[in-house]
Amino acid sequence: MVRIISIAVGAFFAAAVLFAFGLGAYSFVTEPPAQTVEKAFHLHPKEDFHLASDGAFGTFDRQQLQRGFQVYSEVCSNCHALKYVAFRDLKEIGYNDDEVKAIAAKVQVPHYNPVTGELKTTAGMPTDHFPPVVYGGRGSPPDLSLITKARHGGAAYVYSLLTGYADQVGYKNEKGEELLKKFPEAKTPDGLHFNPYFANLNIAMPPPLTGDGQVSYKDGTKATVDQMATDVAAFLVWTAEPSLEKRHQTGWPVLAFLLFASVLAYMCYRNIWAEKKGH
Amino acid sequence: MSFPWAQEYAPAHPFMKWVDEKLPLPRFVYNAVGAGYPVPRNLNYFWNFGILAGVCLMLQIVTGIVLAMHYASNADIAFSSTEHIMRDVNWGWMLRYAHANGASAFFVVVYIHIFRGFFYGSYKAPREMIWLLGVVIFLLMMATAFMGYVLPWGQMSFWGASVITNLFSAIPLVGDAVHTWLLGGFAPDNAALNRFFSLHFLLPFVILGVVILHIWALHIPGSSNPTGVEVKSESDTVPFHPYYTAKDGFGLAVFLLLYTAVLFFAPNALGHPDNYIPANPMQTPAHIVPEWYFWPFYAILRAFTQNFLFFPAKLLGVLAMFSAILVWFFLPWLDNSPVRSGHFRPTFRKFYYLLVVDMLVLGYCGGSPAEEPYVMVSQIATAYYFLHFLVILPIVSMVETPAPLPFSITEAVLGADESAALAAE
Repeated sequence: MVRIISIAVGAFFAAAVLFAFGLGAYSFVTEPPAQTVEKAFHLHPKEDFHLASDGAFGTFDRQQLQRGFQVYSEVCSNCHALKYVAFRDLKEIGYNDDEVKAIAAKVQVPHYNPVTGELKTTAGMPTDHFPPVVYGGRGSPPDLSLITKARHGGAAYVYSLLTGYADQVGYKNEKGEELLKKFPEAKTPDGLHFNPYFANLNIAMPPPLTGDGQVSYKDGTKATVDQMATDVAAFLVWTAEPSLEKRHQTGWPVLAFLLFASVLAYMCYRNIWAEKKGH
Repeated sequence: MSFPWAQEYAPAHPFMKWVDEKLPLPRFVYNAVGAGYPVPRNLNYFWNFGILAGVCLMLQIVTGIVLAMHYASNADIAFSSTEHIMRDVNWGWMLRYAHANGASAFFVVVYIHIFRGFFYGSYKAPREMIWLLGVVIFLLMMATAFMGYVLPWGQMSFWGASVITNLFSAIPLVGDAVHTWLLGGFAPDNAALNRFFSLHFLLPFVILGVVILHIWALHIPGSSNPTGVEVKSESDTVPFHPYYTAKDGFGLAVFLLLYTAVLFFAPNALGHPDNYIPANPMQTPAHIVPEWYFWPFYAILRAFTQNFLFFPAKLLGVLAMFSAILVWFFLPWLDNSPVRSGHFRPTFRKFYYLLVVDMLVLGYCGGSPAEEPYVMVSQIATAYYFLHFLVILPIVSMVETPAPLPFSITEAVLGADESAALAAE
């Protein structure tokens, strides 16, 4: 009895789903889904992008993080906040106490007056987090603290986006198809900017890194657009995952210990079973 | 119950004798996982996964309790309290990654455990109750994992909660009311987050309770084994300790090695980037996907794209998704074959491997966007899934001619030569 019911139930579900398959397949053949401009022209982050923090042995290049921080403070921080990061955290990328105090003091942070309860914007302290950025206009640009963990491709995406702005007129993909000829209606609207690395190709952010030398690096590195984009991407890897270095450093001893334990446990197992299996 | 040749607990020390008289807890442990529990001698590495699942549960409870000390289940600050754990709590990042990847590890282990059961017919008499309790554990695990994923209150948390709770609105007549009642609102918000946190804390202990019943039920007939032939004599078994404690120790070490490799070197590989974006009810992510361990069932849910007879497509999808697991409850009665092990069931074995491939295909489709060709592939795979359990298995188990079974476990291990068997003892 149970088998008769089960065969009926199984046949019902199979029939329902195969019916859906039939209709789906029919419309797939008769009206193949139209290709979208995103499918044809969206680019995935560049794959040949590498940082010192990559891989299981990755560590932070502190010189680079400081350069990236400089790019963030001079360029990105005009619109993007970094609210999960505190100024005190900057000690981890090689600044000393006095430098952290000086960096914090340069930023205006809202503080409550403990006596009057009045909210007033005053110079930041090392214990403060980076302040919110009030941005008049079309919504708030995303907070950057976690951006390299919050996007497919991570740091490579940040780098690709920053260096990927292009002129939409005459833009061709790898197959040589010209965007505006293939999709004339997909012209970038006014106020947006064409960038094939952005999911829908049109991003509200104007190109932030416009030319070489936009930032004068304190360590004398030549500030090309490529260099600035790489450095700020590296910095944002750190803001998203400050524990990355410690994580890698902890992982190896743990693996070494467990490998040793596995070998011992295996020998123990073989020893105990030696006579039982007859070998 | 145990076999008559099980060793008896005999405390030597006067103190242990005293304890044994007052509260025979050491005797209980001795008979459960000690030398007093005879186990088939031929268990392969697939029998390690029960212990591993228990370890995963413990790991999740311990890391989870510590995380709960630092987490705040309030929709305004849940996301930043998670970041607080990652940045400011001592070793908080390790706890959170251990817990998040611990859930994945738990599901890897449990899926292997379940498919071990499928292959070796572990659900067959006299072990039906173990199997039924196991399916209950799996359902509880899914509920717990789902609610846990909501807690960081990222974009995938919020929209996952939205999609899954929305399934209840497919129930005819009362669906919408049930949906609102479950969430404490019309959409996931603070009320939903708080009850999810409360239940996410409770359910692991419910799981623990059912696990105890699962193991209790296991100790009545004892473990099955790769031949599927029942234990006949003492030479078929070895005491659990030291034989299987040693083997499980090795399995555990290898498991921990793989688990910590992911934890320390690819902790976000199994997560979704969108969950590092704070929940935003006004912005739907491009693709809403659950965690990987739900993908096969998510694919089944989405495969029903057309109304059929009197059933709206959404209701069909929901029914199918739940039925896909509920059907496991009936497995002991759907598979009528007298032979347990897939090793001796040539036809069954072919369909079993097809089912494994089918689950992987469903999983792949469930993790892909809801567009062609994934939908069509998942529809074929869904049809096979139901046909496998509800049609193929009952028929195959009736018509199949199984291969000859070994006389005993000892014979399977040492060969039919009796002198060899005797010499080994």
